[in-house]
Amino acid sequence: MYAAIVSLTLMGLILGYGLAQAARWFKVEGNPLVEEIDAMLPGSQCGQCGFPGCSPAAEAIASGAAPVTLCPPGGKALAEALAAKLGVTADLGDMEDAGPKLAVVLPELCTGCTRCFKVCPTDAIIGAPKQLHLVIKDACTGCGKCVESCPSESVVLRPIEATLKSWYWPKPQMNLVEVV
Amino acid sequence: MKLTLFRGGVHPPGFKEQSASQGIENAPLPARLYVPLQQHLGAPAQAIVRRGQQVLKGELIGRASGPISAAVHAPTSGTVVAIGKHTAPHPSGLPIETVVIEADGNDTWCELHPCDTPFDLDPDAIAAKVGEAGIVGLGGATFPSAVKLKLKNRNPIHTLIINGGECEPYLTCDDRLMREESVAIVEGVRLMLRALEAQRALVVIEDNKPEAFAAMHAAAEAVSEVEVVQVPSLYPMGSEKQMIETVLGQEVPAGGMSSDLGVVVHNVGTAFAVHRAVRFGEPLIERITTVAGSAIVKPRNLRVRLGTPVEALFAYCGGIKGEPARLLMGGPMMGQVLPNMQVPVVKGSSGILALTAQEVNEQSTANCIRCSRCVRACPVGLVPLEMAGRIRVGDFKGAEAWGLRDCLSCASCSYVCPAHIPLVQFFNHAKGELTARAQADHKAKETRRLAEARSERMERIKAEKAAAAAARKAARAKKAAEEESAAPAGDSETSTEQKETSA
Ligand code: SF4
Ligand code: SF4
Repeated sequence: MYAAIVSLTLMGLILGYGLAQAARWFKVEGNPLVEEIDAMLPGSQCGQCGFPGCSPAAEAIASGAAPVTLCPPGGKALAEALAAKLGVTADLGDMEDAGPKLAVVLPELCTGCTRCFKVCPTDAIIGAPKQLHLVIKDACTGCGKCVESCPSESVVLRPIEATLKSWYWPKPQMNLVEVV
Repeated sequence: MKLTLFRGGVHPPGFKEQSASQGIENAPLPARLYVPLQQHLGAPAQAIVRRGQQVLKGELIGRASGPISAAVHAPTSGTVVAIGKHTAPHPSGLPIETVVIEADGNDTWCELHPCDTPFDLDPDAIAAKVGEAGIVGLGGATFPSAVKLKLKNRNPIHTLIINGGECEPYLTCDDRLMREESVAIVEGVRLMLRALEAQRALVVIEDNKPEAFAAMHAAAEAVSEVEVVQVPSLYPMGSEKQMIETVLGQEVPAGGMSSDLGVVVHNVGTAFAVHRAVRFGEPLIERITTVAGSAIVKPRNLRVRLGTPVEALFAYCGGIKGEPARLLMGGPMMGQVLPNMQVPVVKGSSGILALTAQEVNEQSTANCIRCSRCVRACPVGLVPLEMAGRIRVGDFKGAEAWGLRDCLSCASCSYVCPAHIPLVQFFNHAKGELTARAQADHKAKETRRLAEARSERMERIKAEKAAAAAARKAARAKKAAEEESAAPAGDSETSTEQKETSA
């Protein structure tokens, strides 16, 4: 009888410890996928996707309610990364991606109304009342909020020009010959 | 000297006979020179001339901007007719900021500051003169030389290696320079030694250039600190790390710099330019360029003013036979494809090659047969087939894990691959892609931080406003309450007054 009690107690202890450890190892907090996707999105809360911000968009993407191609500032690169993360195939052909864009203030039209810099989610525009406004290229995500806000149509989005610094070789074509 | 040859490497046919027998000739001065403001690694120079301005030969037209940059000088006297975009000597064919000078034909020097006793200058003064002269690595890497001469401030330098390897096929400009200007080169080497405060210099020459070796040997005979070393001809001997391994037997660690070992490598052409700059005060406005390839009627070595259009050189070399299949700047292994013949010669143009279709020998690609020839050829010890396989399916991180960052882009692997897989093209693409992604990632992180900082600030302002409003409300309430409580007191006062008056 003692043998049975001891062995069963031991088994109980060992298995219980195992379960406790497993619970710690495989602990899940919230939905990690949503968090990961949220971290991949630009985070500028520009709302171009139709969601109020990046986190709700991330939830929609994770649940499959929204396509991976929803984020215009992220472009094809982000869509590709999201598709890879979710293991889905994305139809990127439909996505009109003219590459990343940047906002530019047209100096001859800007009246210095300060509206654009108030809406910029990344504080990428500097200006003051009745002064020419300027976009800081490195901080602009091309979300387009400023374009909508400008009463004199002096903010436009322009594709980023390739320069000698940013250019690199395209992927080589493998023109495979038939080996018979 | 005991040599330890690096692993791998290939023996491409040299094709050097075409131009090696030709002495250096002066290329004619063209009517217009197209001088790009960026002919070096680092930040572009800032133009300091205006359109219509007269400039003299050697006058500064672009000032170095930032710690890694190089000055640009007018290659001849004349008028600045434009400052704007001109096609860069770069495979992308993209434009680059360029100063266009119309030569007046007089070729008048500006005032120079020669120095008869250059060995009395202190080390930093030599480096400063080299920087003012706009000298960059003339082997093709175009890294600003003055920056390299100041490396001693980071880590003491004991050995200066002068790279006379010239391992690329077709190129013979360093070979000719060593044969014709050996004494000047040795002086340049001694000046660099002084600038670096290093003890000895090794001039390393491949054994396919016996005349250059003999000339340099004779010139360095009486100079105890300069030794001339002959090494076997093996591509890519001219690569910095491979050369150090060969002559010093030390391997530069992956991701490390040669200066970590106390070694600095400069090209022979750079040594010559340093001599001209320090002794005669001449800025870098010309270089020796090999014009070769089977599509060239008479291959030659030319002393070319920077900014000369490539087509002017071809015209001087008897023109072009038929339609060249490929134009290259530099050698056929690592050179850059040129977009057209109007691009200018720049500081890094060691050679201008016009190759026929037969020389290019474009072949169709087959699948990898895992013969491992690329592995044996790689001088770094990488596994090109594995890296290329990953890049082909877009797995750049995987390629990086196989050591992509250590790849020299030397093209030895592509050269030996029997399946003609464009291995090095895959690697160049992947390196660019990884850099672009790293930059995009960095930007995304930074803009995210900005966006978060902004929403936090908005929240705070809102909270502050709310708090201020609440405070105002509270103050108003308090005041009202005070007034209320004060009113009866006032009443009583008046009533006492009234009482007093009534009394
Ligand atoms: S040399 Fe070419 S075919 Fe041979 S293993 Fe390397 S990549 Fe494959
Ligand atoms: S190109 Fe890169 S992988 Fe190929 S042989 Fe050279 S160093 Fe090795």
